[in-house]
Amino acid sequence: MQIFPRSANAIARASIVGGAAIVGLAGFLLYMLQQSPYVTQQKVALEQPVPFSHQHHVSGLGLDCRYCHTSVETSNFAGIPPVSTCMNCHKEIWTNAAMLEPIRASYRSGVAIQWERLHRTPDFVQFNHSIHVAKGIGCASCHGRVDQMQLTYQAMPMSMQWCLSCHRHPEKFVRPRDKVYDMTWKADDQQALGAQLVKEYRIQSKTNCSVCHY
Amino acid sequence: MAENNKNLDLDTFRNRFDQKVERTHWMSLHELADEESFFASVSEEFPQQAVPLQDGVDRRDFVKLMSSSLALAGLAACTVPPEKIVPYVRQPEDIVPGRPQFFATAMTLGGVATGLLVESHMGRPTKIEGNPDHPGSMGATDVFAQASILGLYDPDRAQTVRHLGNITTWTNFLGALGAELKPLKDAGGEGVAILTEPVTSPTLGSQMKAILAAMPKAQWHQWEPHGRDNVLEGSRLAFGGSFASTWYAFDKADVVVSLDSDFLASGPGSVRYARDFMSKRRIRRGTTAANRFYAVETMPTPTGTSADHRLPLKPSDIESFAFALAGAFGVGPGAKLDAAGDAFLKAMVKDLEAARGRSIVIVGNDQPASVHALAHAINAALGNVGTTVFNSDAPDAVPAIGRESLRQLVADMAAGKVKLLLMVGVNPVFDAPADSGFTAALDKVPFRASLSMYYDETGERCHWHVPQTHYLESWGDARAFDGTAAIVQPLIAPLYNGRDPIELFAILADDANLPYDIVRNYWKSQRPAIVFETAWNKWLRDGVIDGTAYVPKPMTVALGAIAPSMRSGDYEISFRPDPAVWDGRFANNGWLQEMPKPITKLTWDNAALMSPATATKLGLVGDRGLPGEGNERNLHLWSRRAPMVEIKVDNRSLKAAAWVVPGHPDGAITLHTGYGRTRGGSVATPKETAKGGGFNAYTLRTFDGLGYAVATVAMTSGDYQLACTQLHHVMPDEREIVRSGTLEDFVKNPALSAAHEGPHSGEMSLYPKWESETGYAWGLAVDTTVCTGCNGCVIACHAENNIAIVGKPQVLVGRELHWMRIDTYYKGGVSSPAMTVNQPLMCQHCENAPCEPVCPVEATSHSTEGINEMTYNRCVGTRYCANNCPYKVRRFNYFQFSDWDTESLKLMRNPDVTVRSRGVMEKCSMCVQRINAARIDAEREGRRIRDGEIRTACQAACPTQAIVFGDVADPNSLVSKLKAEPHSYRVLEEVNTNPRTSYLGAVRNKNKEIAG
Repeated sequence: MQIFPRSANAIARASIVGGAAIVGLAGFLLYMLQQSPYVTQQKVALEQPVPFSHQHHVSGLGLDCRYCHTSVETSNFAGIPPVSTCMNCHKEIWTNAAMLEPIRASYRSGVAIQWERLHRTPDFVQFNHSIHVAKGIGCASCHGRVDQMQLTYQAMPMSMQWCLSCHRHPEKFVRPRDKVYDMTWKADDQQALGAQLVKEYRIQSKTNCSVCHY
Repeated sequence: MAENNKNLDLDTFRNRFDQKVERTHWMSLHELADEESFFASVSEEFPQQAVPLQDGVDRRDFVKLMSSSLALAGLAACTVPPEKIVPYVRQPEDIVPGRPQFFATAMTLGGVATGLLVESHMGRPTKIEGNPDHPGSMGATDVFAQASILGLYDPDRAQTVRHLGNITTWTNFLGALGAELKPLKDAGGEGVAILTEPVTSPTLGSQMKAILAAMPKAQWHQWEPHGRDNVLEGSRLAFGGSFASTWYAFDKADVVVSLDSDFLASGPGSVRYARDFMSKRRIRRGTTAANRFYAVETMPTPTGTSADHRLPLKPSDIESFAFALAGAFGVGPGAKLDAAGDAFLKAMVKDLEAARGRSIVIVGNDQPASVHALAHAINAALGNVGTTVFNSDAPDAVPAIGRESLRQLVADMAAGKVKLLLMVGVNPVFDAPADSGFTAALDKVPFRASLSMYYDETGERCHWHVPQTHYLESWGDARAFDGTAAIVQPLIAPLYNGRDPIELFAILADDANLPYDIVRNYWKSQRPAIVFETAWNKWLRDGVIDGTAYVPKPMTVALGAIAPSMRSGDYEISFRPDPAVWDGRFANNGWLQEMPKPITKLTWDNAALMSPATATKLGLVGDRGLPGEGNERNLHLWSRRAPMVEIKVDNRSLKAAAWVVPGHPDGAITLHTGYGRTRGGSVATPKETAKGGGFNAYTLRTFDGLGYAVATVAMTSGDYQLACTQLHHVMPDEREIVRSGTLEDFVKNPALSAAHEGPHSGEMSLYPKWESETGYAWGLAVDTTVCTGCNGCVIACHAENNIAIVGKPQVLVGRELHWMRIDTYYKGGVSSPAMTVNQPLMCQHCENAPCEPVCPVEATSHSTEGINEMTYNRCVGTRYCANNCPYKVRRFNYFQFSDWDTESLKLMRNPDVTVRSRGVMEKCSMCVQRINAARIDAEREGRRIRDGEIRTACQAACPTQAIVFGDVADPNSLVSKLKAEPHSYRVLEEVNTNPRTSYLGAVRNKNKEIAG
């Protein structure tokens, strides 16, 4: 007596292939999920105490990055401006804007504003802004076109793979030092310029673990 | 090495391995007793094997925990936890977020200051370094300074004012004090008593004088359990009635004699003295001469074990020895010694005679006044005064003999004369002599208040307890060993509502100023002629006030007739401050508690320390637990408990665990004080036991026996588990691990290699050599000649690298996390080892690292600059690496040892180093965070890193500069030069790991006239 009909053979074959495909697909989906903005928080603008527009301040008014992020050239931390920096201008202009009330309140009371952090590295990652800037990595390379962001968001995935893409091939990203803060700069021939700058700036493709993890 | 390579063939190797080698350096009595079993038992990575969970988690709980963590595991990874950025409202001008700042301040112990530079991250002090401009530091620190950062953030510190144990306010205290003080003040201060530590702070001293001027009948008492009573009395004896302060220039002394002084590792000026002393014994290629050091002492100390000749004597014999020494120079009555002592003395005297004006005789604090007086006379007779030994007036505002002072106070209190008692920074209920009756007398005082860091034994018995500020929270000033004053400036506002002594005294003196102004005003009054603001800023910046060092004063020795006064007995007890918790004040400091103490390597406890022969005599060896002389085997190294002895002094008795120490004199027992606390924080007195670890030696100490006592000792029932790390992480190699020899040996055989040592395989490897991408190749060199084993590096490493402590039960199973340990090896007999070698061992950063290929996840890897890297976020905890490490320097987080919950401890951590979690391996990183910081600075400036620019935490803390870090690719760097020395060796070189860390063999400058 035949328990299995002849068609069972086909089902069995299909299930072997299908099973492998499902596992593979699941793996692929997980891999994609890990890189998706849902996990990396890429392109997610968080609600901030004051809806600060980089687009307005950078593109519109022409403020240099370093006017606010003062320690980007000297420290691991680029620096988030104290309220007093905001008030340098906003003492004079938009003094009654409702949107700026939290800034004025903070300035009056001395209670600091709590901003939502967008670019988060885990505690076991050590990152230093100053050396990247000194070696000719532009702000826009990691932070995207901040000058076009009405609300600031994290432009890049900030994953280790992403870090390594540059640490392995710095020539693809490096730019002249005087163009670091230029949001719009683009090389005519990045390959040629990159190779030259890597040499000139003595850029080592630092991929040792202890460069970032210690 | 390279030239030997061609001679290597199979036969050579075979011969070498067939050869039966005996190592002359031993680590433990077990090893001497039965070498074979010893090596068998320590050759496992974790000799004690796996131990079950000890926290009482049973199977059911385990399953419950596992299932809930599985359920949560899926959720936890999905989203990144939100984080806030909180910038300043108005940013201080000189703060750059992310860059540390350094401020000069000073820490005092026993009234003497060590100048410090404190690293501060955004207003949080995180790491203590020595102040290179301060004479008491020269850039280095001792263990207490290093560990004081933990003391600052200690969550167990007193946090509120208490009245009768209930929480109240400072205002209430002021009201109560004012009401009580008013009538007494009107009566000229009759009935007011103040008890402090010895005061050398100029500002506090002037405040006290003002208080006593306003209240002439008030009494000021000073007490410290390990004070300088005998030093002061000795100087009074020697100089005809005047108190003197004495300091030394060890960099000018060719012959040094120590009579029970631990001047290299504890006490005033020890950090500076260690540096000066060791500057005369840096053995390098071609060195044929060095200073010579004779030590006569009871308990082996880092100082005594660094000596060229060490004579172990029990306390009463040290006094006789001092008299005999004085007799030899005709400045004392002399004394009869036994043959060994006499031979030692004769050789020593000859050396001293030959080094007139270039020698030092130094005496330990606990020696009787007569010995101090004799040393003054001997130094004067040798012409040392003014060249290597300096005297001046005592620095104390009002010098006082602590025991007289305390005796007087107790008498007054018992007679009901004291109406109001203020205790400042003292804990006499715990540490007053047992025969003082302090506690009973204290209860008779109608108003008693204590200002101290912890709600301790004394605080508990006072009506009022006020939390005291930590030195990193307060303004003040303090004097170094040579008198140089430094301003103590705060790094942070008081965390726990603490108050300074200056603030309290200001209230008594009706001074409305704040401590900052009081200190400033004092110094303004001292320097009326200068532009004060400029000078003040310079003092704060430099950490020293120029022109404040004592001026040496000629003092004539006028020594009357003195005679040996110490009673000798079959068992003499020597009381010493503990190397970790001192007099008990650091008992709540976990870093110090878990620090393996020099020589004994005990953690978390003290013990009755004695020689193996004494232990044998007391019947404590063999089956009773201790290894002894002869063949008493005790090979269950990990499970044996220590036997107990009962020590009786007069009618007082103490039961304590016994422990043998090689080099301890027979017939003597050393008891370290500071243990057996009953109140003082969760580390000092854990909740479970409500009693601190160890045994309270103060219960045997009397006014007349502060330093030593004659006792009867007997074995008693019971046993005690001591956590000793001497046999943890032992390298089970039957060949020599360390190299040592006499200076004569060094001249003949500069490599100090042992006879059996064949050629080493050198650079032989199947793998290509590491090429440094950047041109840097980092390495360490450690000079074991100058290492005293003081542990300064171990605690500095703790602070720099956020290393957790694990607690005594975990230490017992070998799970301590110290990234570096100091292995102590002995050579020679048990009763008086001829040589004690300290070999600080951290990750050796092997170029052929055995740990790297066995990691399944590549969590440990090699950087192109030669650092063996440990990447915590990759580690899955297989422990293969630790298992494969021949040096046993890798440490595993078996549990969540880092405290992630206590708020104050979060502030303490070094933000540049990851705080590790459960289940990851960790080890020395060669302070890669410092390397990276220096590299970034150098690259930004477009230059190479300079030699000496990077100093590892251990190197920076080392008082003797034994550890040198640098670029081994640069032949001109200091570290390269040290590696090129003939006596440079690498540990276990024969296993061809090619470590980046090397050592210089230990050399002692032996006198041929003394055997052994």
